Amino acid sequence: MSGIPTLSGRQLTKVYQTGTVEIQALRGVDVTLFEGELVVLVGASGSGKSTLLNILGGLDRPTTGEVLFRGAPLGSTEAAITRFRRDHVGFVFQFYNLIASLTVEENVALVTEIARNPLSPRDALALVGLQDRLRAFPSELSGGEQQRVAIARAIAKQPDILLCDEPTGALDSVTGVRVLKAIEQVNRELGTTTALITHNRSIEGMADRVLRFADGRIEAVVSNPARVPPESLEW
Amino acid sequence: MVIEPLDRKLLRDLWRLRSQALAIALIVASGVAVLVMSLSAMQALSDSSRAYYERYRFADVFATLKRAPLSTARNIEAIEGVQLVAPRVMQMAILDMADVREPVLGQLVSLPEEGDPVLNGLALSAGRMPDPLYPFEVVVGEPFAEAHGLVPGSRFAALMNGRRQVLEVAGIGLSPEFIYAIGPGALMPDPEHFGVIWLRRPALAAAYDLEGAFNSISLSLFPGYAAADVLPALDAQLARYGGIDAHGRENQVSHWFLTNEIEQLRTMAQILPAIFLGVAAFLTNMVLARLVFMERSEIGLLKAFGYGNASVIWHYAKLVLVLSSGGLLIGWAAGFWLGYWLTTVYGQMFRFPALVFAPAPGIYLLSMAVSLGASLIGVISAARYAGSLPPAEAMRPPAPPTFRHRGWLPGGLLGWFDQPTRIIFRQVFRKPLRSLFTSLGLAASVALLVVSMQWMDVLDYMIDQFFVDQQRQDITIGFVEAKPMRVMRDVAGLPGVMAVEPMRAAAARFEAGHRSRREGLIGLPADSGLTVLRDQSGERVRVPADGLLLSDMLAKVLRVEVGDHVRVQILEGRRRLLELPVAGVFETSIGMSAYMDLEALNRALGEVDTVNQLQLVIDSDLQHELFAQLHQLASIGAVTRKSAATDMFDETIGEMMLVMVFFYLAFACTMAFGMVYNNMRIALSERGRELATLRVLGFSPGEISYMLFGESALLVLVALPLGCIGGWGLAMLMAASFETELFRVPVVISPSSYGWSVLIALLAAVPSVVLVQRRLSRLDLIAVLKTRE
Repeated sequence: MSGIPTLSGRQLTKVYQTGTVEIQALRGVDVTLFEGELVVLVGASGSGKSTLLNILGGLDRPTTGEVLFRGAPLGSTEAAITRFRRDHVGFVFQFYNLIASLTVEENVALVTEIARNPLSPRDALALVGLQDRLRAFPSELSGGEQQRVAIARAIAKQPDILLCDEPTGALDSVTGVRVLKAIEQVNRELGTTTALITHNRSIEGMADRVLRFADGRIEAVVSNPARVPPESLEW
Repeated sequence: MVIEPLDRKLLRDLWRLRSQALAIALIVASGVAVLVMSLSAMQALSDSSRAYYERYRFADVFATLKRAPLSTARNIEAIEGVQLVAPRVMQMAILDMADVREPVLGQLVSLPEEGDPVLNGLALSAGRMPDPLYPFEVVVGEPFAEAHGLVPGSRFAALMNGRRQVLEVAGIGLSPEFIYAIGPGALMPDPEHFGVIWLRRPALAAAYDLEGAFNSISLSLFPGYAAADVLPALDAQLARYGGIDAHGRENQVSHWFLTNEIEQLRTMAQILPAIFLGVAAFLTNMVLARLVFMERSEIGLLKAFGYGNASVIWHYAKLVLVLSSGGLLIGWAAGFWLGYWLTTVYGQMFRFPALVFAPAPGIYLLSMAVSLGASLIGVISAARYAGSLPPAEAMRPPAPPTFRHRGWLPGGLLGWFDQPTRIIFRQVFRKPLRSLFTSLGLAASVALLVVSMQWMDVLDYMIDQFFVDQQRQDITIGFVEAKPMRVMRDVAGLPGVMAVEPMRAAAARFEAGHRSRREGLIGLPADSGLTVLRDQSGERVRVPADGLLLSDMLAKVLRVEVGDHVRVQILEGRRRLLELPVAGVFETSIGMSAYMDLEALNRALGEVDTVNQLQLVIDSDLQHELFAQLHQLASIGAVTRKSAATDMFDETIGEMMLVMVFFYLAFACTMAFGMVYNNMRIALSERGRELATLRVLGFSPGEISYMLFGESALLVLVALPLGCIGGWGLAMLMAASFETELFRVPVVISPSSYGWSVLIALLAAVPSVVLVQRRLSRLDLIAVLKTRE
């Protein structure tokens, strides 16, 4: 697969110091995410996929190497990186991380208020099928619903990149599929470059490309000839 | 020693929570310190006075009269209940002290012809009792001796009934009668200008033509008798000898001031520690609730391992006990030190042969019970929660905190705000009780600040009111006997006298129905310019041409209103019985006097144009000449210099207040800091995950600080006006509990005191913001997001 590179990492390494132990989380990774593609990252725990995603999304900094967004390096100041996250990146996490004190609609509005060219919160929620739960608080939602709110919140600002770290990790398969459908739909309809981490190899089928991680490196890149729709996935 | 694993956990928890724990411990310490300080100073005063009274035979009943033959004393001794009788001569004299140019007043008190006084004994700190063979040997009061550098053998002159007499100091001592030794009309001891002098009876009686007679008597009573039991009989005995003002200890000046001070300490010990310990209990509750919530899974695990509810609850209770014990120890140390300091300060005002500062173990036990008890109250709800967690439930992650739409907080109203601001409001309203108590706790610290600041305002106000605005004279001259008005002309001619105004003061008993009261009746000229009466609102009150003008306190005691009639038994001269209408009542802070127009009073007394006091405005450049000549005037009984009183007031009370204000500031700041810091730390702990999420969503550190500190800021914002109102209320409460018949502490709070209190409370919150901001900037986004709470 080729296309316009949206986000790329060059020779990324990451070393964590925990006490006296050094952990090499990334050992020189080169990676490029192209515009509009859906990439799935798989690998064992500790293989480096989350570290990579965090570095690409500006949540963490590489020990060496650099991240380029549309060919230009990410700034190095806190303000520049915050700006990058605010304008270009949407995140979805395993544990939803909704703001408990805000309603469904307000959780999304939280992001649209500070975004440059956002969808309306209602449109974003309609995209994930939650247009009827606007006034509900997170404590009134199921896990799958909470995750879909998180996706709506992530995509409402129309980000260039959507980064999802185990979005179905805490969900049963029926709910997981609904969440994956929402992600796939956003990717397809809005053309958002999407990277998705999973432990679940059955999800690989929905990707344009699959990056297999082992021991801090990308061990293999597999391009799928055709994407399998999420509703056909099973686990 | 083997430390149990749970105790290890406890120590580590404490270490982890050290800053929060310290903040709470310091608040406990403040409460304990105030309690120990007040109670120990109180104990020092009351124990020392009790021992002093007993050892030196402080009398139970006192009376003054004009002149009665000594044989009367035997009749008095026969009154049922009377144990001992000590008739004596007491006179005021002007003393000529080499080191002070202005007149000095001496209270002369007679000693028996030989031996020690039967009642009101002298505790000699130097020298000996006067030798009966040397009539002009004297014992002088210790504070007076210190102020003038007198030692046994020193000499000074006294103007006794117009005759100059050199006195020689034989001894220096103290008496239980003059623990608080103040001159006539003074509020504060001023040993430089007032002293007590004891000399053998023959010389004193001879000087004042009182041989074979007495003009003052004190009695002791048999156990089981109270002053009220003997006063009627005593009054009956003394009435024809011009007896005025027989009273029990409760109205004895020195004892009255001492008892009042003890009562004030008692009030302080009741009000302030309650506030501190209440706040500490609330904070303990808040911190512990959070800790238990975060340790749900550990609690579940412990229970799964077989620890019972009781051991889990005991574990958390121990944590709080360790924490508040820390506070208790600090409080004990600070309270001991402060109590010692306060007792030392009291020792300068209240003179005891031995002011013993030895706080009873009971004080420490009480403060321990109260402070640990308050902390344990703070444990209850958290411990109950920990105890009620079933093991399995405890190990499951918690559901997202529940928020609801609030009917009374319409969406439309919140709709005006952006999402971060809505987060702030919803956080505040989600736990309304916690928010309320946080605001109340902060308000309490603001209130304490206001109260401590207002003491200075009150002092300024009182000095301004009484010494500048209402008493415009520089000196007051009192005559031994009432004088014809023409004495004014003589005095006006003295050097440096710029203005003179007459005054007539008489002791009187006011009666209405069955209520009666002995007070001063003061006659003022119709348009007095040097004594200006004002009510509490500052309006000038004019003395009516006819009838009585009463202070509201006296009116209250007599239960009379304007238009009612009061019987006034004049207790001197011809002892007239008058029936006078109440023409006016005014509110005043000090004294219970009644006023009349000078001419009307003279008419009522059957006198023509007499005065017994003169108010003078003088040229301070010529004051030394003036004082020198006043010394020569035989008929003058007292000269009171106003500046001596204000200086004393400023020095003694002002200095003490400054130190007290400093400590209260420190206590209040500790409380404000502890409150804000714990509130923010808990908010950060509860919402770290949320704030990290917001950072990930692209909010800047400043924006998430707004969301975190906004909640505290909102609570502070509510607390500030509440605190100002509370401060006013607390000042009113304390003023009301300090109020006595003689003295009403006005509540005066200047706008700047409110301003400073608010500013100081805000400043006390700043370190919390800085400390929490540091933690906030170290927020680990990834770690927070990757884990469940």
